[in-house]
Amino acid sequence: MYFLKLIIRNALRHKLRTGLTALGIVVAILAFGLLRTVVDAWYAGAAAASATRLVTRNAISLVFPLPLTYMGKIRQIDGVKSVSHANWFGGVYITEKNFFPQFAVQAQSYFALYPEFVVAPAQMREFLRDRKGAIAGRKLATTYGFKPGDQVTLRGTIFPGNWEFVVRGIYDGAEAKTDTSQFFFHWDYLNETMMKLAPRRANTVGVYVIGLTSADRAAAVTAAVDATFRNSLAETLTETEQAFQLGFVSMTEAIVVAIKIVSFLVIFIIMAVMANTMAMTARERTAEYATLKALGFGPLALAAMIFGESLAIAGAGGLLGVVLTFPVAGRFGAEMGSLFPVFNVGRETVAMQGAAALLVGAVAACLPALRAARIRIADGLRHVG
Amino acid sequence: MDETAQPVVEIANLVKSYRRGDQIVPVLTGITFDIAAGDFVALMGPSGSGKSTLLNMIAGIDKPDSGSLRVAGTDITALSEAELADWRSHHVGFIFQFYNLMPVLTAFENIELPLLLTDLSARERGEHVAAALSMVGLTDRSDHYPSELSGGQQQRVAIARAIITDPTILVADEPTGDLDRVSAAEILNLIERLNGELGKTVIMVTHDPQAAAKAHTVRHLEKGELSAG
Amino acid sequence: MRIPFSYTFRNLWTRKLTTALTAGGMALVVFVFATVLMLEEGLRKTLVETGSHDNVVVIRRSSQTEVQSAIDRGQAAIIESQPQVALGAGGERLVSRETVVLVNLVKRGTERPTNVLIRGVAPLGLTLRPQVRMIAGRAFRPGSSEIIAGRSAAERFKGAGIGETLWFGLREWRVVGTFDAGNSGFDSEIWGDAVQLMQAFRRPVYSSLLFRLNDPESFDQIRAQLERDQRLTVEAKRENVYYAEQSELLAKFIRYLGLTLSVIFSVGAVIGAMITMYASVANRTGEIGTLRALGFRRRSILAAFLTEAVLLALVGGCAGLAAASFMQMFTISTMNWQSFSELAFSFTLTPDIAAKTLLFSLAMGVVGGFLPAIRAARLKIVDALRAI
Repeated sequence: MYFLKLIIRNALRHKLRTGLTALGIVVAILAFGLLRTVVDAWYAGAAAASATRLVTRNAISLVFPLPLTYMGKIRQIDGVKSVSHANWFGGVYITEKNFFPQFAVQAQSYFALYPEFVVAPAQMREFLRDRKGAIAGRKLATTYGFKPGDQVTLRGTIFPGNWEFVVRGIYDGAEAKTDTSQFFFHWDYLNETMMKLAPRRANTVGVYVIGLTSADRAAAVTAAVDATFRNSLAETLTETEQAFQLGFVSMTEAIVVAIKIVSFLVIFIIMAVMANTMAMTARERTAEYATLKALGFGPLALAAMIFGESLAIAGAGGLLGVVLTFPVAGRFGAEMGSLFPVFNVGRETVAMQGAAALLVGAVAACLPALRAARIRIADGLRHVG
Repeated sequence: MDETAQPVVEIANLVKSYRRGDQIVPVLTGITFDIAAGDFVALMGPSGSGKSTLLNMIAGIDKPDSGSLRVAGTDITALSEAELADWRSHHVGFIFQFYNLMPVLTAFENIELPLLLTDLSARERGEHVAAALSMVGLTDRSDHYPSELSGGQQQRVAIARAIITDPTILVADEPTGDLDRVSAAEILNLIERLNGELGKTVIMVTHDPQAAAKAHTVRHLEKGELSAG
Repeated sequence: MRIPFSYTFRNLWTRKLTTALTAGGMALVVFVFATVLMLEEGLRKTLVETGSHDNVVVIRRSSQTEVQSAIDRGQAAIIESQPQVALGAGGERLVSRETVVLVNLVKRGTERPTNVLIRGVAPLGLTLRPQVRMIAGRAFRPGSSEIIAGRSAAERFKGAGIGETLWFGLREWRVVGTFDAGNSGFDSEIWGDAVQLMQAFRRPVYSSLLFRLNDPESFDQIRAQLERDQRLTVEAKRENVYYAEQSELLAKFIRYLGLTLSVIFSVGAVIGAMITMYASVANRTGEIGTLRALGFRRRSILAAFLTEAVLLALVGGCAGLAAASFMQMFTISTMNWQSFSELAFSFTLTPDIAAKTLLFSLAMGVVGGFLPAIRAARLKIVDALRAI
C-alpha cells in the first residue's frame, strides 16, 4: 500500500541512523524481557505452589524445628488427606559454590503429595529400598552429572559430618515451571544418625506438608492445625504453600522492586534515544513537510507519516528483541544455575515487551509530529536542514 | 604590473577525471596556462566544464591526476596532505558562494579562525581581526552571528576571513551567486579594491557577466579545455 | 592548531533538544551504574564495620553462620581458657558467650513478617563491641527479660521501639534502650541476656563465642590451636572477616546484576550518542570542508567532534551522578541470604565511586563519538564543500 511503501522508504533513507536506532531498541527490549524474566523467576516458587497443599512450621521462625509427635495429631484433623514432613539439610556438595536445596523427607508420603515430581517406578522402588538412597532433580543431573548408582557425599552444616548417599533416581518436572534442582533423601537416615550423635536433636522435623481433601478447606484446616498446637512448646504457623513461598520473596522484596524499577528505566533510556532520532529526522525534512502541506496534505497526514515511521522502526526492533529474548534467557538461566531453578520467558513478558516497543515508538513520534503539523508553509520551504 | 616577473600560478598539462560508479568521467583534459602576480582572473564556462575543479586544484583542496601545478613557486602536487593544509593556511584565501561561515561563531570569531593556525597571541589576533573588519566596513557587527547578518554582510565577513592571513592568492567560487544585484556590486567592488590596493591575485569562477566585467583577464573553459580571452 | 572549544560547546547548545535527549539517556545509564556501585559500597561498609579486627568469632566447624552453629558449655570453657584471650581491667576474661535466634517480627506499616536476628549476649557483649553505643534508654539488666534494639530494628519493626514490648519464646520482653552500631549489621539486631534467651528457647547450647585478642597478631596462633584441639570441632575467624564473608553472596549478586545491567544500558546510551554525532557530522559537512580548506588538519576535526561527544557524555554523567547522590537519602532493607536475617544498609557515595562514574560516562562518550568523528575527519574537502 502506498502509505506503507512511503514509511519504509523514508526509514531507509538514513540506513545508518535507522539501523542504529533499531539496534538500540533490540537491546532495550531484550534487557527488559530478561529483567522481567528474572522477576518472574523470583516468584517461581509461588507460581508453582499448589492450592491443595499447606505448609506448617514453627511459629517463631523457620529455623526452629517441630516435634515428630505432631504428625499423628495433624493427620486426625478434618480436611487433611495426607501429611508428610521435610527437613532443610543445607549441606555442601564439594564446595559452597555448588548450591542446591537438599531435603530429608518422609519419602513415600512426600512424593505422593508432590505428583509434579515424576520418577520412574523402578527408580522409586530402588530408592525406597535403600536407606541411604537419594532422588535428584533433572537439573542437578544435567549440571553435576548425577545418575542412578552414583555416590554423592554432602558435608553437613546444620547436621555436622560427611553424609554419603547413593543416587537411586532422577525426577523430572511435570510442567515447565516445576523446580528440578532439588535433592531428596530419607528422613529416617538423618534421624538415626542424629539419635547417635545428638539425641536431643532427634525426632524433629523442619516443616510439615499437608495435603487437603479439597482446596476450599484451606482456611479451615489452617486454623485447626494452629489451634491444636497453641500454648504448646512449639506453636505452629500454618499457611498455604503459596503464602509460604511468597514469604521468602517478601524478604528480598527490596531487590525485586529495584529490578522492576530498573526494567522500566531501560525503556525510558531507549525512549529518549528514539525521540532524539525522530526529532532529528523530522527537523531535516521540514522543507519536505512544508511542500506536502503546500500540495494539500493536512497536519494529520504528516503526523501519520511520522508516527508510521517511528512505529515501524520500533516494531522491527521490538520483534527482533522478543525473538532474541528466548535464547538469551536460556543461556542466562543456565549460567545462574540453581539460583534460579525455573527460568522461563512467560507469555505475559512477551506481551509487555511488545507493548513497550510500541509505546516507545509512539511517544518518540509525539513531539516531532506536533512540530510538523504546526509548520507554516512559507517558513518551512525556506528552511535549510 | 611587471610582465616579466615570475607568474604566481604555473599550470602545465593538468588532467583530472572523476569516477562515478564504474564510469570514469574526464573533467580536465590537459590545461596549460599561467596567472601573473596581481592579476584578476575570471574563469567562465558552462556547468560541468571543470572550472570549479580547476579552481579547487589551484587552491590546493584537490589533486590532479597528472600535470604540474606550481603556486608561488611551490609544486603543490608534491606536498603531503599535512603540508598542503599548512600551505593553504599561509597562501590561500577562500571566498565561497554560500559564504561558509560557522553559524555558531560571531563575525569576529569567524574572521579570527584562520589565525588560530598561527602563533599569534590572542591580543595580536584581535588587532588583525579589527583591521580586517574595518577594511570590509563591518566593525559595528563584529559580535553578530551569521544568522543576524544579511547575505552581503556575510560575504563581507567571509572576505575579511579570506584576507586575514595575508595570503598569496584569493580564490572565489561564484562569490555573487547568492546575492542580489546591489549586494553583488558591493562585493565585487570590495574584491576589486583588494586586487588593486593590496595587490592580491584573484582567481574567480563565475557565471555572472557583471562579475566577469570586473576581471582583468577572462578565460573560458569548455569540456575541460581552455580557450583564450 | 586546535578548533576553538567555543565552537564545540555552542554547537551542542544550539541543538538543545537533541543535546538534552542524548545527555538524558546517558544520565539514566550513569544513574544506574552509580547507584549499583553505591549500593555495593553501602553493603560493604555496613558489613565491614560490623566487627573488629581485634575480636575473634568462634562457631562450630562448617556451620558457616552463627544461626546454624552450636557450641556446648564444655567447648566454651576450653576456648575461654586459651592464653590469647585478653583480660579486662578487673582480670576478667573478655569473652561473650552468645546465642543467636531468628524470630519472625512484623514490619511497621505492613503486616509482613520478616526474620530478625535476636542476639543473646553476655554482660561483656557490649564492651567487646566499642562501636556500639546506647543512644536512648539504657542497657538491659542481666538476668531480666529486658532487651535493647539496634537503631534500624527499632525503626522498622513493630514493638522494637523503646518502651515497647515483643512477644517470643513464650515470654514478653520489654525494650529498654536503643543502640547505634555505626551503620553496621548490628543495627538490625535486637540484643538481650544470653542466659535468659537460652532458657526461653530451651536451647542448652551457645551459637558462638566472641573474645578479644590480647595481641592482635596472635590470631593465627590461636586459630591453629583451636582447630587442632581434639576436644573441639570449631573454626575461628576475625570478627570483621566473619561478617564480610556473610555478605559475599549478596554482594556478588548485586555486583554481577548491576554491572551486567550497566553494560547493557550503556550500549543503548552509546547508540544514542552515535546517532546524535553522526547527524551532527552530516549537518556540518560544509563547515568541516571549510575548516579543512582553511588549513585545519584532519586530526583537529577528529578532536573537535570527539570533544563534542565527550562533553555530551560528561553532561549526562554529571546529571546522572547528581541524581544518584540523592539515593543516599534512602535505606534498603533486604534479607541477607547467608545469615537469613534482615539487613538494612544505605547507598554510600565515595569520591572513588564518583570518579569511576565520570570515567564511565567519558568512556561512553569516546566510544559513541569515535566512529562519527573518524567519518568527519576522513571527508574529502571537495566532497564536503559540494554538499552545501
